[in-house]
Amino acid sequence: MTVESAPCAGCHEVTDAERFAQLDDVLQQYRDVPGALIPVLQIAQAIFGYLPDAALRRISTALGKSFSEVAGVVGFYSFFTTVPRGRHLIRVCLGTACYVRGGKDVLAALRSALRVEVGETTADQTFSLDVGRCFGACGLAPVIMIDDDVHERVRPGQLMGILEKYRVPGARDAVRREARQETV
Amino acid sequence: MVRLTINDTPVEVAEGTTVLHAARQAGVRIPTLCYVERLQAIGACRVCVVEIEGMLNLAASCSLPVREGMRVRTNTRRVRESRRLVVELLLSEHDGDCQTCDRREDCELQALSAELGIRSITYTGQKTRKRIDLSTPGLIRDHGKCIKCRRCVSVCAETQHVGALWAQGRGFDTAIGPAFNRELSTVACVQCGQCAAVCPVGAITEQSHIERVWDAIDDPHKHVVVQTAPAIRAALGECFGCPPGTLVTGKMTTALHKLGFDAVFDTNFAADLTIMEEGSELLARLRRTLVDGQPAALPMFTSCSPGWILFAEYFHPQILPHLSTCKSPQQMFGALAKTYYAEKLGLKPEQIFVASVMPCTAKKFECQRPEMNASGGPDVDAVLTTRELGKMIRAAGIDFLSLPESEMDAPLGLSSGAADIFATTGGVMEAALRTAYEVVTGRPLPLDNLHVAPVMGLTGVKEASLVIEDTRPDWSFLEGVELRVAVAHGLANAQRLVDAVLAGERQYHFIEVMTCPGGCIGGGGQPRFTNDTVRLARIQAIYQEDESKTLRKSHDNPAIAELYATFLGQPLGERSHHLLHTKYHARSAV
Repeated sequence: MTVESAPCAGCHEVTDAERFAQLDDVLQQYRDVPGALIPVLQIAQAIFGYLPDAALRRISTALGKSFSEVAGVVGFYSFFTTVPRGRHLIRVCLGTACYVRGGKDVLAALRSALRVEVGETTADQTFSLDVGRCFGACGLAPVIMIDDDVHERVRPGQLMGILEKYRVPGARDAVRREARQETV
Repeated sequence: MVRLTINDTPVEVAEGTTVLHAARQAGVRIPTLCYVERLQAIGACRVCVVEIEGMLNLAASCSLPVREGMRVRTNTRRVRESRRLVVELLLSEHDGDCQTCDRREDCELQALSAELGIRSITYTGQKTRKRIDLSTPGLIRDHGKCIKCRRCVSVCAETQHVGALWAQGRGFDTAIGPAFNRELSTVACVQCGQCAAVCPVGAITEQSHIERVWDAIDDPHKHVVVQTAPAIRAALGECFGCPPGTLVTGKMTTALHKLGFDAVFDTNFAADLTIMEEGSELLARLRRTLVDGQPAALPMFTSCSPGWILFAEYFHPQILPHLSTCKSPQQMFGALAKTYYAEKLGLKPEQIFVASVMPCTAKKFECQRPEMNASGGPDVDAVLTTRELGKMIRAAGIDFLSLPESEMDAPLGLSSGAADIFATTGGVMEAALRTAYEVVTGRPLPLDNLHVAPVMGLTGVKEASLVIEDTRPDWSFLEGVELRVAVAHGLANAQRLVDAVLAGERQYHFIEVMTCPGGCIGGGGQPRFTNDTVRLARIQAIYQEDESKTLRKSHDNPAIAELYATFLGQPLGERSHHLLHTKYHARSAV
């Protein structure tokens, strides 16, 4: 099951009540499914953009898992976040290959360019910064991912140009095509 | 059968046996840390590693099943060095306060370090971050001491079906605790203390009331009374090296007098009273449905165990009307000590200080519930666990084992054998049946030695039924009725029983639930370490105490008769209602 997350510009803003209603539908569907916790958390994160406390409590009740267990699973996987993220998630690979080929410098450059620490979101809610451990693209090291786009052989000097493309609303598709061509 | 060799000695064991158990059967000791029999065998700590011929790596023996022809070595240099390495690494992270730690005498990590001959720690590095959680009335969690063995996680989730504790985060930053490492009070914890009972180190223990009690004893304006739960007498001896199952009622009473309590009483007295009130309540509910044709909240559940009450309030609010409205014996005692007994002495309630000795950490929660203020303030002022009483006796320089025996004081110290068995799973049920059957028929319970054998022992959920015949005229509506009862201990078993009742798969009139495995004798405040062997030994001691008494039925207790004649009036009367009964509240589990 896939859930469309952010509404496009011009559509009405999805309210929290609507998001919770959507979550309730999902929970209804997964109520008696064994091993439902992780898929439900993924879907919930797609609905809300992050995992708010209230959603986790609702998941805990519906799936009959203790809140501490749910929180334990959320905390174990770096994919899950309990803080709201910006419109775009930047993940800097710090796997071995990327690390030795300058991933750390890329991360330092991003931290200073965006003025956020790892795990934080820019004040204008545009970017969230995170790190990853190997995206399986070691030949292209160092790589960063912005949302689903892989950017290869990134040099600190290129970052401003890359980020700029994401700042423009609607420009993401163009960026995505471009990034895809780069990786091919 | 599977044949293997352990240190070159041939061994034959049943298929499916683990290497650890095969070694134990062969008399070979393998040290363990995270392993707990019948609870957890996850190979997490790596202390139980052994060498298996043909296997490249050492294997955790607790989770490795035997294979035919297996050659196991438990005592090679490689094994010894690996175990030392593992324990040194644990010690290097452990923020232990070992000289002053609550567990300095029975710390399993300390004992293991001694066993492995560790004299220095090769590794230096980051320590586990110290965080102390004092947020609940019953328990203290000291995160710096946690070695992440996960015993508490298993007991909380599996034995108790609560899941308040879980591994949070990952890697070095993993912390065992409530959701998002918040305080324990932020999650549904029933305060049973089974986590504290299985913790190998000082990471989880009870909130101590020892100083409160010393302060009261030293206060010349306080009349300090103490009550001891029935489970204490079968376990306190273990604090002084006695084997499990040693009865120390008389020595305990002498020790309590020597500690300076003004009167030494027995929670058993209130247990007899509970039977009178709860038995009457059950009969009233039966009359309501069988005679008046009115809906009545049946089955009725017992309400003595405060962890079970919290469990129902958190997870099964729909059954709260089915819980007996009786307060627990601890709280009945407190309410009477500050009213009935205070009146006898000409004292005001606030001049009496009531200390309890309980096998339980949830009792520390219970005594501070706002509902438990029938005398105008808290009816029970302090709750000591069995372990804490042991510490006080030692701190007072009392040589426990050489003490003479003595009797509890009147009037709140007199009790029946029916009260003694409140300490064990099945005991409250048996005590209730002894009285209810005799009230209804005028004859003693027609069972061997008054024991309800089907509800005795350590089976998780137990059932019994009894056809009531030749009733007294007042109770003719029960003629021919088959009284069906059930007993559960350990909250996961209680959960199963509640599920079966709610689904309509099982019908009962009366259900006993005790929070801890084995009942109160296996409580979270009992001497460590409690396993099934220890539970059975304590249970046997409890039945022995019961059988040794001439008075074995609650309704025969003359002190109870006097209490009703001079103070309470009758069971379920107005005064009882005010002092001895309570209400429950649904709580949100998330």
